[in-house]
Amino acid sequence: MNIAVAIDDVDHQALPSASEAGPAAKRVVVAYGFWIFLLSDIVMFSALFAAYAVLVHATAGGPAGAGLFNQVNVAIETGCLLVSSYTCGLMSLSVNARRRPAIYFFAFVTFALGAAFLALEIREFADMIARGAAPQRSAFLSAFFTLVGCHGLHIAAGLVWLAVMMAQVAVKGIRATVERRLLCFALFWHALDIIWVWLFTVVYLMGVQP
Amino acid sequence: MNLLGKLDWNAIPFDQPIVMGATAGMVLAIVFVLSWVTSKGYVPYLWREWITSVDHKRIGVMYCVLAFIMLLRGFSDAIMMRSQQAIAAGGAQGYLPPEHFDQVFSAHGTIMIFFMAMPFVIGLMNLIVPLQLGVRDMAFPTLNSVALGLTASGILLTNISLAVGEFAKTGWVAYPPLSELQFSPGVGVDYYLWALQISGVGTLLTGINFVTTILKTRAPGMGYMRMPVFCWTALASNLLMVAAFPVLTATFAMLLLDRYLGFHFFSVDGQGNPMMYVNLFWVWGHPEVYILVLPAFGIFSEVIATFSGKPLFGYRSMVAATMVICVLSFIVWLHHFFTMGASADVNGFFGVMTMVIAVPTGVKVFNWLFTMYGGRVRFTVPVLWSIGFMVTFVIGGMTGVLMAVPPADFQLHNSLFLIAHFHNVIIGGVVFGVMAGFNYWFPKAFGFSLDERWGKAAFWCWLIGFYVAFMPLYVLGLMGMTRRLQHYDDLSWQPWLLVAAAGAVIILAGVVCQVVQLVVSIRDREKLRVTGDPWNGRTLEWSTASPPPAWNFAVLPHVSEADAYWNAKQRMQASPDQPAQARKYKPVEMPKNSAIGFVNAFFAVVTGFALIWHIWWMAGVGLLGAFAAFLVFAFRGEEEVEVPVEQIARFERGHPAEVVL
Repeated sequence: MNIAVAIDDVDHQALPSASEAGPAAKRVVVAYGFWIFLLSDIVMFSALFAAYAVLVHATAGGPAGAGLFNQVNVAIETGCLLVSSYTCGLMSLSVNARRRPAIYFFAFVTFALGAAFLALEIREFADMIARGAAPQRSAFLSAFFTLVGCHGLHIAAGLVWLAVMMAQVAVKGIRATVERRLLCFALFWHALDIIWVWLFTVVYLMGVQP
Repeated sequence: MNLLGKLDWNAIPFDQPIVMGATAGMVLAIVFVLSWVTSKGYVPYLWREWITSVDHKRIGVMYCVLAFIMLLRGFSDAIMMRSQQAIAAGGAQGYLPPEHFDQVFSAHGTIMIFFMAMPFVIGLMNLIVPLQLGVRDMAFPTLNSVALGLTASGILLTNISLAVGEFAKTGWVAYPPLSELQFSPGVGVDYYLWALQISGVGTLLTGINFVTTILKTRAPGMGYMRMPVFCWTALASNLLMVAAFPVLTATFAMLLLDRYLGFHFFSVDGQGNPMMYVNLFWVWGHPEVYILVLPAFGIFSEVIATFSGKPLFGYRSMVAATMVICVLSFIVWLHHFFTMGASADVNGFFGVMTMVIAVPTGVKVFNWLFTMYGGRVRFTVPVLWSIGFMVTFVIGGMTGVLMAVPPADFQLHNSLFLIAHFHNVIIGGVVFGVMAGFNYWFPKAFGFSLDERWGKAAFWCWLIGFYVAFMPLYVLGLMGMTRRLQHYDDLSWQPWLLVAAAGAVIILAGVVCQVVQLVVSIRDREKLRVTGDPWNGRTLEWSTASPPPAWNFAVLPHVSEADAYWNAKQRMQASPDQPAQARKYKPVEMPKNSAIGFVNAFFAVVTGFALIWHIWWMAGVGLLGAFAAFLVFAFRGEEEVEVPVEQIARFERGHPAEVVL
């Protein structure tokens, strides 16, 4: 009962609800907008996932996933990506702490792990093409290369972005704009991880089921 | 290796007088405008105040200008189709050979949907939404300019296809396998795909920008249930853009991979699945219908409430109906192809959902009617468009519900009945809506109103012309005439097609009236000058000057109810002798102008053109150029400029506010 009284005592005029508080802070606006972009990106991936699900058995007499996917390679790729997300998180913490050497170090580790992931993926693709499993072989392979390749393209774009951001930290320092961009990069990098978890499950784990 | 890819002199159709005539006209018009602008010395002004502007009002106006020009282009395609079908009966072949006629109907659909309706709707939202929200700009002003540039790039590429090469002959939906390289080896489909990919990215950026603006930057006190209905419909429309356009991007990317790298998504060999394209296309395509029509619904809501002098009837039900349509629009797509061969259960589900989506739309129509009931309606041009809409849209909606019955659709599919139906809702809904919005908000954008007499003449020509042009198509559809016929043998169709052609000429008179209206109004602008609030408006956009200053509001308005401006005016009338308070201003931070939108659009056109013609080095140059421009932008020093207090105070003294919020 005392609690109810206490709540009634709060001056409602002084505390407008969140929807009536006026324009949000720039950092909130930027991060929110980037979230919306990430959701749209996920919608695009969902279209590619749908296409893959429709075409997964359309092998046109060519190789199927079970004979193509190398679980060890994929496990290492997954490890690289998940650890890079962790180091990306450590980078965000160093940004908050304004510790530049730590930012460079964790950015470098993130970059290296991402590059390793990409190198493994390119090797996997080249290997498949050499064995006659090129995307032109069947609808299944077209869908596979597009879905996985699109994620790879995102990783490549993320690496370029990370390199540009380190140049910005070096040239412009950790000012508000740079900080907001680093925040968006971190969101992007983690979202790519989420997409990879789906990819790993739908393509590689379900793909080797008999 | 050929440095120019597939491009050579054969790409320009010198042997086709109609195409060359249109090209010459287009080139002459561009040369004339450019030389006039240059000789008058307007180039620095245009560059400083418009092209590099990140002001949402300027960007909105530029979108509307693009849309108007494309309306003329798409409409001339329509006139060509109607006249061809009016004469090509029996043994006659008309004046358009099949390969040209096919390009005309494909270009007409593509231009009218993507480059007329979309820019017009986006332009009006740009102009008005931040003003109605009571804020100074969009969440991402520079991104807004980039999005405009990408839309303009798509438009430019589509129009280049008239002179260099060809446009798609596949219809505006470009279904495979017809649109695959095997059956469409020319560059037409590539023009279509790259133009829409580039402008589609622009639309996605617009969607992100508006969703963030509406959800995160509103004036203090403007809770969700105090937002004007136009902001709600803009929110729904932009949520759909964010959720639907990525599907189109992915679908076109798959078709591009098929065409450029020999993939097998939709091909007939390699176990590709053409029907998957049709499904994915309409997963985007049906929400697209609502992306266009929901903002039009918002415009009608504002117009009807303002000119009836009453608050909108059933505000909450209007908001609910808008959001229900937003969600339902994603579960009706299969009604575009009931004949695909899905099971009766699937067809039944989508048929029922299509009928269900008519319910919230009906709620809206009744709300508008009840708003007018008992009001003192002023029959201005925007109101005429709104009433014309209500009658026309209800008829179009009912033929739509008719086709939602799968057995009926099996008869009507691909017939002129369908053509009549969707023109009935798109012209009656979207075009009438943007025309109402154009007449309603023009004074806000430019400080003078549009001539009423020519506006009314335009409305009546459009309304009568619409019925004369499209009612015969319903009849023809029931008589069995299918769409996209370059010529036909059944002579009993010809009288109806002659009537339809006459209707198109009446619409042409309407278009001419609109051009005259614009010219006359600009000529008489001193006589037509208005204050900030020419219509006795209800929402915040009318509380500032016309045209508003770059910063929109000297002091951000504080909102405590819906229809905030109207209620403030009522209170002031109730107690008129309150002492005028001296207002205190603070300096305003405004985003700096940026050339990135223009530069990025330039490189987008270069890249798109190069990819269409397989000029790989040029595509690389275009992409590198865009990336370099982006780097320069990312490393720029100053991002904002401060508007000093004196400048704001000087403007406010020149434009005294009638009511202070």
